[in-house]
Amino acid sequence: MRRLSPWLNVLVWLGVAAPLLYLSWGLWTDRLGANPIQEITHQTGRWTLRFLLATLAITPLRRLTGWNGWIRWRRRLGLAAFFYASIHLLLYLWLDQFFDWGEIGRDILKRRFITVGLLAYGLMVPLAMTSTAGWIRRLGGRTWRRLHRLVYAIAVLGVLHYWWAVKFDWRPPLAYGLILLALFLLRLRRPRVGRIDATALPRRTAAPVGDPTD
Amino acid sequence: QVRRKSNPGPYDTDEPWTSYEDITTYNNFYEFGTGKRDPARNAHRLRTRPWTIRVEGLCHRPATYELEDFIKPYTLEERVYRLRCVEGWSMVIPWLGFPLAEVLRRAEPMSSAKFVEFTTLYDPEQMPGQKAPILDGPYVEGLRLDEALHPLTILAVGLYGKMLPNQNGAPIRLVVPWKYGFKSIKSIVRIRFVEKQPITTWMKAAPHEYGFYSNVNPNVDHPRWSQKTERRIGEFRKRKTLLFNGYAEQVAHLYEGMDLRKYF
Repeated sequence: MRRLSPWLNVLVWLGVAAPLLYLSWGLWTDRLGANPIQEITHQTGRWTLRFLLATLAITPLRRLTGWNGWIRWRRRLGLAAFFYASIHLLLYLWLDQFFDWGEIGRDILKRRFITVGLLAYGLMVPLAMTSTAGWIRRLGGRTWRRLHRLVYAIAVLGVLHYWWAVKFDWRPPLAYGLILLALFLLRLRRPRVGRIDATALPRRTAAPVGDPTD
Repeated sequence: QVRRKSNPGPYDTDEPWTSYEDITTYNNFYEFGTGKRDPARNAHRLRTRPWTIRVEGLCHRPATYELEDFIKPYTLEERVYRLRCVEGWSMVIPWLGFPLAEVLRRAEPMSSAKFVEFTTLYDPEQMPGQKAPILDGPYVEGLRLDEALHPLTILAVGLYGKMLPNQNGAPIRLVVPWKYGFKSIKSIVRIRFVEKQPITTWMKAAPHEYGFYSNVNPNVDHPRWSQKTERRIGEFRKRKTLLFNGYAEQVAHLYEGMDLRKYF
């Protein structure tokens, strides 16, 4: 497997950074409406879910298209999800609660959407940390794959967080839930694509970049 | 740029007004969509003339009015009120309206009338949000008769000295400044005197989250968020939310002896 061609590399980076650029531009030009803080909080939450779902779409895409190249996008998509989740959480801690830890603690205990949201973020941290080739090697492909199966729990918790957070319009979180369900169902089929051959990987990633469902 | 009222009356706040732009583009009016900007985009579909209002129920003088005739007897006055949304944001809005009490007295309520029920227009063609499976039927709100008769309670037909924009509840809406914003029902077509406490749209939709009274109260949390603080639109820091939205002096006596946690 060759690395991403330079222009595709740039394209993927731009895709990942686009929501951030868009939000920054919107903030700068005062286009985010009367309550920009809430707007950015909501948008970064949605982008976290979108990137999570995109991450989970890689395996079904490989199976459906028979092209293994998709796998090269996955780490970046996963890290993008983590990045937007970090902004989302920071906005809550800072601009919603102003680091009032007592109030934040009460929120975590009292409100289930906060509880599951924070739990989902907590589970993302080790995945983001071990996303490098070095960590894949250190953990060994098998352990690494097992650890990264946490992404399923994260996605479910993420959708649940959205579902419980909305005031009344349940349609958007339902849409995310259905897409997640579809991605799970696609995984139930027997894989048509075999495991990636470790020798075909670029030299930098010596260990197989495992796919949790393989 | 900052506007304040130069000669505030007894019911006005002297706080700076939220910008006209923000007041008219950041709305909760699910009849035109659930996004905050949807009402400003979609409310042009609402035809506010001709418009009829029925005053009915337990009163001696029920009647159906054309909007112009309904408003004619009253003197419009500017009232600068805080508006606190249940979602945790707030604004300061210079309304143009008249006390609801004058309308109610004119209808001569019977002694059996204990509550007033308000209904929004129901017409999914003009209000496309009503086709969505979110809130069913026309929006219904209600007040206890003494709340409805309180001098702070007004019917508004304008803001910032202009006619009410459709997204803000044209042609006529309720404003009850010590209650969460959703109590201030928009685009009213019916006012009815009733004996029993009305079942409001939000009580029906989520009974654990929205009660009949819905008085602004920092000590009673919404199940999903604290109501202790609010973000005033246009401000960075959050403010402390005040009991009865800062109108405790005028309205606290209405709830004397009531457990506000139970009657939330």
